[in-house]
Amino acid sequence: MGLFNATARTMPQQKLVGQITTFWVIAASGFRRYSTYRQATVAGTFTNTVFGFLRCYLFLAVAGGAVAGGYTPGQLVTYVWVAQGLLAVVLLWGTPELADRIRTGEVTADLLRPVHPVTSMLAADLGRAWHAVLTRCVPPVLAGLIFFHPYLPARWHTVPLFALSVLFAIVITFCCRFLVNAIAYWLLDVRGPLMLWTLGAGVLSGLLFPLRFLPDAVLLPLWLLTPMPSLFQAPLDVLVERDATPVQFGIVGLQACWLVVMLLLCRLVQRRAERHLVIQGG
Amino acid sequence: MGELRARLGGHLHLLRAQARSQMSYRVSFAIDLVSNVGATALDVLTVFVLYGVSSVIGGFRLGESLVMVGIAQCGFTLADLAVGNIERIRLYVRTGLMDAVLIRPLGPLGQLLAMDLPLRKLSRVLLAIVVLVVALAHAGIDWTPARVLLAIAAPIGGAVFFGAIFVGTASVAFWWIESGELGNAFTYGGRDFTSYPVTVFDGWFRSLFAYGLGFAFVAYQPTLALLGRPDPLGLPAWAGWAAPLVCLPVAFAAALIWRTGIRHYRSTGS
Repeated sequence: MGLFNATARTMPQQKLVGQITTFWVIAASGFRRYSTYRQATVAGTFTNTVFGFLRCYLFLAVAGGAVAGGYTPGQLVTYVWVAQGLLAVVLLWGTPELADRIRTGEVTADLLRPVHPVTSMLAADLGRAWHAVLTRCVPPVLAGLIFFHPYLPARWHTVPLFALSVLFAIVITFCCRFLVNAIAYWLLDVRGPLMLWTLGAGVLSGLLFPLRFLPDAVLLPLWLLTPMPSLFQAPLDVLVERDATPVQFGIVGLQACWLVVMLLLCRLVQRRAERHLVIQGG
Repeated sequence: MGELRARLGGHLHLLRAQARSQMSYRVSFAIDLVSNVGATALDVLTVFVLYGVSSVIGGFRLGESLVMVGIAQCGFTLADLAVGNIERIRLYVRTGLMDAVLIRPLGPLGQLLAMDLPLRKLSRVLLAIVVLVVALAHAGIDWTPARVLLAIAAPIGGAVFFGAIFVGTASVAFWWIESGELGNAFTYGGRDFTSYPVTVFDGWFRSLFAYGLGFAFVAYQPTLALLGRPDPLGLPAWAGWAAPLVCLPVAFAAALIWRTGIRHYRSTGS
């Protein structure tokens, strides 16, 4: 008998169709799970909308009717409100579920399943994200449309490119959260790294303010050496058409590179972790 | 008298137990201290970044704005240290732990606060005080005894104000268990609102947050009085001097909501 664990080599008869079906079923279960938290969805959307008002007025005051960081007031409005809408989709601050499962030892159950843990968690997260797109995205964007004068994209390719960029952002964010949680395999207590991520993610991803508000010397290393701007800055810059068309495509291309790097890194960390894992208790 | 001492003793006992248990995980505690400073430092840094883009925001310069940031952060972090844990009440209500709290012979509010003493949050209070003192020193304030008094009263009033907002919004959990992040809009949102001049905001949103809920009186009005600037929005100068008193009716309202909530509480069952 070979190894009975998720990252052992898959059996040859496991066909691609089967894998896709499994992925789809797990994603659907992720969607269903979040659709049961109806009241929390309403409360969360309300809070996102209030923060939208705060940031929108603040950035408009910073711009003072002119241009700030190269964004017109209209572009800033779109930036803020779409960011607030995406906040629950590109989930920076989720519950440390995986870290808790590692600490309690429940993670062994995940490892025994015949699907790679990274794949199954990613599928569930995509289901969650799709639920957020349908529910939590709409009210903040509507509020921005009703109470302010947002910039609407003019180029035909912007919207599909934005959708692709958001999809990449969702997966990269998932990878980041997975990696932070996976530190629990080595440390058990991940409050420190988690807090560091919580603080860093908001400001370095472009959620709290557009990264172009920062000095240029910081920007280039941030884009090339970290996946952070790929989370919010990238899709939002694509949507508000801050740059010329080739740069828009370049941004999404860079995201694609980060996507591949991060997914590989997740699988590598998972493999190392399984060799290292000691289940606490009985 | 004896009964009061016994009650206080009970609370102190809970607090001491909490302090001991947190200190026993030293590395975790150190990480918590550092990361809590980080959250406040980031807020202050954001102000610097925004003023880096534009030297005047809402008619105020960086030095003037930092006084508001200092008062707002002092008030918020003090309140968060003292009563911020009340946020967890929705967890207690959902899991039924609230039943156990109500059975014990101590006041429920005091117990809930003592159940998790956030010693780690001390670090942010210290940072907030440093920010306030430095900002006050560099704002070019024409110091008088009355202004010194106001500079001390404003953050304390702010702490009571934010404390009331924490308790008031957390009480929503008695009626609406899954209220989730709802309170954040007013606690953390209120902190962000008070950190900037009210002139930044506009329309009904400004009316609601600044005057309806009273957030203008936490930092903005006292700062105007400290700087000796007239209010561009037209409130008289005495509004700044009286501002720290606004926390009293707000605290009263929060106490009322809390008491009604406790009476309304029904266990979620097992």
